[in-house]
Amino acid sequence: MYGKKVRLRIVFIISVLTTIILSIYIILKLLEDDVVYFKSPTEIKQSSENITKKIRVGGMVKKNSVTLDNEKILFVITDFKNEINVIFAGSVPNLFQEEKGVVAEGFLEDKNLFVADKILAKHDENYMPPEVKESLKQK
Amino acid sequence: MILSNVGFLSLLLGLISSFAVFLCTVLNIKKNLLNLEKNIYKFLTLQFFFVIIGFFILLYTFIISDFSNETVYNNSHSTKPLFYKITGLWGNHEGSLLLWLLVLTSFILFFFFSSKDEPKNFRLYTVIFHQIIVIGFFIFVLKTSNPFDTLFPVPSEGLGLNPILQDPALAIHPPILYVGYVGTSIIFASALAAMVTGYVNNLWAKNLKKWVLISWTFLTGGILLGSIWAYYELGWGGFWFWDPVENISLMPWLSLTALLHCILTLEKRDLFKNWSIILSIVTFMLSVSGTFLVRSGILNSVHTFANDPSRGIYILIFLFVLIFISFVIFFIFENKNLENKKEIFFLSKETSVLINNWFMIYFLSVVLIGTVYPIFLDVITSEKISVGPPFYNKLLIPFLIPFFLFMSVGPSMNWIKTNLKFKASYIYYFLLTSAATIITIYFLTQKDFLLIILVFSLVFLSVKTLTNFFKNNTNHAQNLSHLGFAMLMLSILFNSISSTEIIKNIKVGETFISKNEKITFEEVKTNEKKNYSSIIGTFEVKNKNNKIIKLYPEIRIYNQPVIATSEAAIKTTLFKDRFITINLIKDEQLFNVRYQNKPFMIWIWISTLIIIFGGTFAVFRKKKNYS
Repeated sequence: MYGKKVRLRIVFIISVLTTIILSIYIILKLLEDDVVYFKSPTEIKQSSENITKKIRVGGMVKKNSVTLDNEKILFVITDFKNEINVIFAGSVPNLFQEEKGVVAEGFLEDKNLFVADKILAKHDENYMPPEVKESLKQK
Repeated sequence: MILSNVGFLSLLLGLISSFAVFLCTVLNIKKNLLNLEKNIYKFLTLQFFFVIIGFFILLYTFIISDFSNETVYNNSHSTKPLFYKITGLWGNHEGSLLLWLLVLTSFILFFFFSSKDEPKNFRLYTVIFHQIIVIGFFIFVLKTSNPFDTLFPVPSEGLGLNPILQDPALAIHPPILYVGYVGTSIIFASALAAMVTGYVNNLWAKNLKKWVLISWTFLTGGILLGSIWAYYELGWGGFWFWDPVENISLMPWLSLTALLHCILTLEKRDLFKNWSIILSIVTFMLSVSGTFLVRSGILNSVHTFANDPSRGIYILIFLFVLIFISFVIFFIFENKNLENKKEIFFLSKETSVLINNWFMIYFLSVVLIGTVYPIFLDVITSEKISVGPPFYNKLLIPFLIPFFLFMSVGPSMNWIKTNLKFKASYIYYFLLTSAATIITIYFLTQKDFLLIILVFSLVFLSVKTLTNFFKNNTNHAQNLSHLGFAMLMLSILFNSISSTEIIKNIKVGETFISKNEKITFEEVKTNEKKNYSSIIGTFEVKNKNNKIIKLYPEIRIYNQPVIATSEAAIKTTLFKDRFITINLIKDEQLFNVRYQNKPFMIWIWISTLIIIFGGTFAVFRKKKNYS
């Protein structure tokens, strides 16, 4: 019914489109497993199910909460509503201080204990990660 | 105060000259008057002149620490060393945009001077499209980010520059990166102009290649400097974090690389016309949207500094206008540049360029989705996520293997048609590569299947590229860059799989063991400098053979603004870097110490330099051909 050329072109366009759609679908599917969600201490306390995936927790480092020994650092992240204990064995960025914003990445042990494997760096003492700003604003 | 007003006035006059250039060009196309062309020269020079005056005035106010200027007040301090007073100019939003404008206006002037042999209408249209960008940026600077805002009463001292930016690599990083970014504006304008005047052919490609190469080389250099800075200043011991701000410099790089290969085909075979145009447009859009994403504060990045949403909205509108214009032009004038109906033989250089472009676009899409998806998700569901290295590793690494293999054979293909004859040398290649792979794998700690294939394909690429140097009639610039790329990938691979790190909180006098090395924290000294005081630790690293290396990491506490930064102590050798940082957590005696072994670190920098050298070589070699 159509010429050979037209048919070829239709096949070509359809295959290109399916490839694009398929690849975006695959990419997004993969993304599901590898993205890290951001939670505030309050969100963690209120969530009904157990969070087993890697997450980020943000808020303020509570005053007088930092203690350390040879292997690890313990501190408390607060959003002034709820708190969570953090245990961390690793190096901290320069701007890690009590009563300053912080974002920690790691896994939840239970709803009161977070085992961090990374504390994220910031470059600017006035800068606060948008997530932290927002979760503090809601207080 | 007066100086700042003069600077502002100068920028205003610059904007007026931009309009004058625009008008002149439009009139010239309509009436075709000869003396008008002279006026274009005049106004282009004037526009550049006014920007340069503004730039030097701002530079001067930075040098003399004139705190009546708000930009200087916010970003400088009288005790800062002169070098950082100067580079502080582009260490902030307002100043960096002025720098952007300076490069923008100088490039169009340079383009107009250097393109005398090209069709007149093409040159004029290029100026018109480029002026749209220039005017857009002028208004952006004057309206939302005027670097000459004044303060009254005049503060006696400035707020200082973020100490983390007070660093030689980061001082020259923005200008280099901007030349790369802004170079794409010429590519964009020239692509639209070629579209309108029906000049999308091999001549256009030949001339545009020079600009593509310049942008590409500078962009590579800019990314390299940024990575080096991140490596030693941020104290993580890494050089690439897949951070959004890094990604947005990688995306134009990927599309520029695609364009660089594609434009070769257009030059030699008059093929891929529309595709070249699309790539030119996309590259520039990625550069502008990069600025938008960084400046608007939409991106959630560790690099983000304080910012202002109104700026983001302006750039967003500007971006949409540009995309709209390019779409309209593309669809109206598409018929003017009909694609040649040539068959492409599957074993040919054309095919390999096509394959290269597919891969580039795939890599680009992965990075784009990883960067943009969190923004969309936040807008739609207000769920906050971040996309990290596992995502990119999963999606990119498997595709790197075929990419390396195609890259090994691609450059050996001929244009039009390659006759594949069986050669005994193939067997040698294969044996040589296998032997080299087996030896390298033997030394590696991890041995999984994917890794072995990855190493194999990379070694094959290196061997193949090396042999290309000895062929007759070969493109040495290309060989160099390809070799540099192969070496870069090899070094990154070995670096990432065999780096080790150990982190402890220890007191002075204590010792810890890392693999085969014993590290002793010997002493702590303090040191006072003009703009910071520092705590310097002395560490002794003793390996199995009792060889001793001393490392002196530092914590600096800057006076203005009061920020602590840690300066890593790095001992570089050909085979590995030893990297140590210290940090005080509370004012206690326990120091947070991070000690890392990073193999082949220096080869990452060297191989990127080889890539850049290849690009530079290509730029100059082409120039010789013209004369």
